[in-house]
Amino acid sequence: MCGIAGLIHRGKSSNVGSELQGMLQALKHRGEDSTGYALYGDTDGKNFIMRFKVGENVGEGSSSVMEDVSVYDERKKIVDETLAEMGAKIVKEERTLPYSLRYEIDYDTKDLLDFSQRIESIPGVEILSMGKSLEVIKDLGNAKMVCDRYSLDKVVGTHAIGHARMATESGVDIKSAHPFWGYPFSDVSVVHNGQLTNYWNNRRVLENKGMRFMSECDSELIAVYIAEKMRHGATLEEGMKESLTGLDGVFTYFVATKDSLGMAKDTMAAKPLVLYESDDLVAMGSEEIAIRSVLPQEIDTYDPFDGEVKVWQI
Amino acid sequence: MANLKTVSKKSKAQSMGMHTEVLTGRTQQKFFNPDEAENFYYFGTYDVDFNKRTELDVKDMTAPEANKEIDNLMSQGYGTIVIKNPQGKHSLGVGILNKLNLIFEGSLGYFGMGSCDGPIVRINGRVGWSCAENLMAGKVVIEKNAGSCFGAAIRGGDLICKGSVGARTGIDMKGGTIIIGGDAGAFTGFMMQRGRIIILGDVGINLGDSMYDGTIFVGGEIGSYGSDAVDSELTPSDQDWLKRKLKVAEIGENFDVSKMKKIVAGKKLWNYDNLEPTEKKGAI
Repeated sequence: MCGIAGLIHRGKSSNVGSELQGMLQALKHRGEDSTGYALYGDTDGKNFIMRFKVGENVGEGSSSVMEDVSVYDERKKIVDETLAEMGAKIVKEERTLPYSLRYEIDYDTKDLLDFSQRIESIPGVEILSMGKSLEVIKDLGNAKMVCDRYSLDKVVGTHAIGHARMATESGVDIKSAHPFWGYPFSDVSVVHNGQLTNYWNNRRVLENKGMRFMSECDSELIAVYIAEKMRHGATLEEGMKESLTGLDGVFTYFVATKDSLGMAKDTMAAKPLVLYESDDLVAMGSEEIAIRSVLPQEIDTYDPFDGEVKVWQI
Repeated sequence: MANLKTVSKKSKAQSMGMHTEVLTGRTQQKFFNPDEAENFYYFGTYDVDFNKRTELDVKDMTAPEANKEIDNLMSQGYGTIVIKNPQGKHSLGVGILNKLNLIFEGSLGYFGMGSCDGPIVRINGRVGWSCAENLMAGKVVIEKNAGSCFGAAIRGGDLICKGSVGARTGIDMKGGTIIIGGDAGAFTGFMMQRGRIIILGDVGINLGDSMYDGTIFVGGEIGSYGSDAVDSELTPSDQDWLKRKLKVAEIGENFDVSKMKKIVAGKKLWNYDNLEPTEKKGAI
């Protein structure tokens, strides 16, 4: 059992970091092994923001192996050198935690595949997100713990999705935590609640097509599956609709891009989702209490039906 | 122990100690005596006065605290309780086993009004998954939409949702009536065993999948039929019952029931010849 939540403000920005924290914290009983945020902040859109990790959080019930901090420094140094070799200029650098970094990069490219492959060829390094407004922040612990650790409550933006995870299919670590970046697409992220039963079949096919998987978490398949469809010209909505038959199992998932937010529910409607929709705000979550944390007043909500796909623009 | 392969059937059981075991102590079996007053006491119930009314704001309460306070108010004889600010909390109003007028000014989360027997409830909002699960008797009216597993395993009473409901409505229901004013999701009436479901709007795929018995009435379009769910003739007495039920439920009073579809179990999945005589009587 995991919990997912998402919201999109249409026509305005809001304090999405704080709002999503409230929604995910309300769902913490659905799992607090790890919590992740995909925040679409207000930026000038000039530079890429790369969130990446050079190691794992080895505390708080983690299944990861302890490493010396000097290893993190060494990996960071190689990342910096690789960026310089590719002509990517680091405009701003933040190191929130020894293993977690945020770079603003001046880099002119439309295809991030080669860029990502080179960075991730460095052992122990994983790009959590790459985009001009997307930032994926995920770590062990519940929503408030992660929010406090990364000071997310002040992030202003248009939309966000998040995930409170109870680890079932894979380990308690950051690499298995949601959201997943839609590698190698700029500004695409995915969160998922459910289980996918044809994970390995799909993974083999997608890997043969050159797509990459960083974890053994079945949810990562959704991000890769949709990214592969989009790579061949499908729109986000088309890719999501194809996933209803291409992916087997029970699932409710959200996908966000730099200007849109979408939801899909499997044909058995086995996983919960409650949705609130108005002209200026869409908020959704695994349970109504998530929505109530941002809209305490009496509102009209509903459960989307089986096999339903919806996409909203900012 | 004796060699079980060589001994006869009778001595095999004896060899295993099944006839020589000495049982001590008494079982928990209780004997009903209509002359004893305690046999008419239903544990956890109260005599309440419907004219005695109060309000309860549960905004800052947890669900157990709120339920305990409802129980406390019933013990004081309050028969009409208005709950303010439920704000989607789970498991509110569960386990009420006596008559009570309960009004929720807002929405409930999961398992609202679960395992109840007797209360009359009005919810002026939406309800989450498994609303009124295991309802034995009474009436629950939801003014807006409902989540999945609406009325799961109910045994009796009326469950009315004026909006739309999610998937698996009436799953495993064994009695009672569920009335939906809007649409219903996939697997409605999944494995239902008795009772009736009325849906005025459309219904999703696999309607009545693997149903043992019971009846489903649909006013709109059907996504697809589930395994062993078949059409049946809508009789005049069915139409009379539908009109009466909808009128009492204050929902779809002007709905043309003559155009509704009636779905029942084809009874091909189960071997009804093996039923005990008493069960056969019930099934007929």
